[in-house]
Amino acid sequence: MTTRNRLLVLAAAVIALAAVATASVWHAAARSDRRDQARPGGPRITAGRVTLPAEATGTPRRLVFRNMAWGPHRDELTTVPAGRPDAPRTASGVKCLRFYAASGTAVCLSANRGAMQDTYTARVLDGRLKEKAHYALPGIPSRARVSPSGRYAAWTVFVGGDSYAGTNFSTRAAIVDTRTGRLTPTLEDFRVVKEGRTYRAADSNFWGVTFAADDRHFYATLATHGRTYLVRGDLRTRTLTTVHANVECPSLSPDGTRVAYKKRVKGLPADAPWRLYVLDLRTLRETPLAETRSVDDQAVWSDAHTLTYALPGDYGADLYTVPADGTGTPRLLTKAAVSPAYL
Amino acid sequence: MYVADSRNQASPTASAEPAARPPAGRRGTALAPTVLALGTVSLITDVSSEMVTAVLPLYLVAGLGLSPLGFGLLDGVYNGFSALVRLVGGHLADRGGGRHKSVALLGYGLSALCKPLLLLATTLPTIGMVLAADRTGKGLRTAPRDALISLSSTPATRGRAFGVHRAMDTTGALLGPLAAFLILRATTDGYDAVFTVSFCVAATGVLVLLLFVPRHRQEPHEPAAHDAPPRPTFRSALALLRRREVRRTTVCALLLGLATVSDSFVYLLLQRRLGVPDQWFALLPLGTAAAFLLLAAPLGRLADRVGGWRVFLAGHAALLVAYGLLLSPWHGTALPYVVLALHGGFYAATDGVLMAAASTAIPPELRSSGLAVVQTGQALARFVCSIGFGAAWTAWGDRTALGTAAVLLAAGAAVACAFRPGTPTPTEAAPA
Repeated sequence: MTTRNRLLVLAAAVIALAAVATASVWHAAARSDRRDQARPGGPRITAGRVTLPAEATGTPRRLVFRNMAWGPHRDELTTVPAGRPDAPRTASGVKCLRFYAASGTAVCLSANRGAMQDTYTARVLDGRLKEKAHYALPGIPSRARVSPSGRYAAWTVFVGGDSYAGTNFSTRAAIVDTRTGRLTPTLEDFRVVKEGRTYRAADSNFWGVTFAADDRHFYATLATHGRTYLVRGDLRTRTLTTVHANVECPSLSPDGTRVAYKKRVKGLPADAPWRLYVLDLRTLRETPLAETRSVDDQAVWSDAHTLTYALPGDYGADLYTVPADGTGTPRLLTKAAVSPAYL
Repeated sequence: MYVADSRNQASPTASAEPAARPPAGRRGTALAPTVLALGTVSLITDVSSEMVTAVLPLYLVAGLGLSPLGFGLLDGVYNGFSALVRLVGGHLADRGGGRHKSVALLGYGLSALCKPLLLLATTLPTIGMVLAADRTGKGLRTAPRDALISLSSTPATRGRAFGVHRAMDTTGALLGPLAAFLILRATTDGYDAVFTVSFCVAATGVLVLLLFVPRHRQEPHEPAAHDAPPRPTFRSALALLRRREVRRTTVCALLLGLATVSDSFVYLLLQRRLGVPDQWFALLPLGTAAAFLLLAAPLGRLADRVGGWRVFLAGHAALLVAYGLLLSPWHGTALPYVVLALHGGFYAATDGVLMAAASTAIPPELRSSGLAVVQTGQALARFVCSIGFGAAWTAWGDRTALGTAAVLLAAGAAVACAFRPGTPTPTEAAPA
């Protein structure tokens, strides 16, 4: 083949490939319009005011979550009465990827579309969803929590690795005192006490912070050398002490005696390895819950006896509830919703 | 850059811009078209693969809603397999009188085919398998590609040939993420578009390889330096290690590799020591890549002039200085820039230069296998180092671990110096 013919073959192939590439980008770009159209049969959503009560004021409890249903209010924080999760949703206009709130303080992890790259921000919001402070995030938002008093907020992000195939991931868990603004950018700054001794490992990862009511203690997951641990953190002494093994995304019960978490169970398929469990912190007894699907979420206690969590659904995620004592059956709470908080 | 080559008085144009002309009459001034074609293939392929790498974390977490932690555990297992694949690729390429191009095509083709498969894989294990196949393709093609570069350039221009190739390769690696984010910006959840475009780009790379890289024939300027050329079998590939030059090259690369702390640790140390803000963390690898890109060709050229081995050692000296700066109490604002420049300079002075230096010691019939042996030795040594470094970090803390690595590096460099008291001009290997 002459060089000219080679160039002709290459040019023809490049034109064909460019057409395929352009078509795929065009197809994906047209998706934006489709997702802005509400789907028939979806939840009714109206714009309105969403407020977070500072404390139990006797008003009926509300459920606030990120609305995943297609339409103009996709990804906005919406609210429904906690007792009627299928009631029309009131949308706030505030968009979050991950969200949590307690006692009039909310944390909203959101994406900012930059010119060259997405960046992420953690925003601390007040009871009227007005921003009080914001912090740049080093990676993709994963978990968010606020302490029961509303004083502390925490979040976890995934930081992608730089290896050839991009399979190195690490997490950063940060805690901020919303009153003083003091930020702990990563729990790696805390001293870890494992089996009574100070433990250091370059591969330590932390995620899934959950706060106790005393505004001093919290729980989280520590992963190191391929194993995970429940750690109990102390904000005053800045230490983390291992409590139990094989615990991910802990969620402390309102009375502070139990932790709901996802446990990696042997024998399950590698793409769905987790089951929901509750750990009694006094006896360290584990109770498997009635949910038989793999749950990859940091569950929320809707009351002292019930857990709410997300499972993958048609529009990203649906919310389910299950009793916290291992009895009963899981129940669909509402479709197309994620990151719930009861207020 | 219009600096005439003092050694052979090349015209400024020829030395400033490696034109795609055969080096007729002016040995050592122009790069072979094959080298530029291979550089183009690598550039295009790196655009394709880095597009995927850049969006993969986001795709897994935001697109598929998966928790990718623990995913990296596969890496350890796969490192061993990848070393094996590399050796097999090198061996296959040498059999039948040089099938470098065919094996390289197989490797590039396999990686290209993995891109559309990403559209179908939606669980961590299946995605892991696709990525493993992708890396198998990379493992297969690396040694034959480097063999083709070395076989299509004269010993006097090899350093520059590898340097230009690595610069083009890194350019692709920098452009890939940019392309991916432009697509994500123009679309909603356009990961499928990223994978499709990535495939189209990869296919173009395979096509350039197919059309513009000739099957290697024995070059007239590189006669076999021995009377009975070794038959390319696995045993003869291993027997290469009995040659003094090859053995020394491999041992030195291995020793120095044992003290080469992996990139992620360097960035982590930089962040910890200097308080680099989190949102800048992702930009640290770009600093290394930029320095690598800018320095690869000039340092390759320098290697041709003063000897590859000297430049290779100087590269490790640069790394040692970088370690030293990380350990030093100096906290100036220039520090991250200096450390990243040294880190990129280290790669520019060692990556292609080692291949160029090793090529002079390995006979053409075994070029792929020989280069694969050196690469694998170095990769395994670095893997051992990263495991050891992680353990040392756990046991003694980051500072002591880095100090130990620095001492090992200095010791390794001293041994390498003793082994190679300086070979100013590269010469073909003497018959064993």
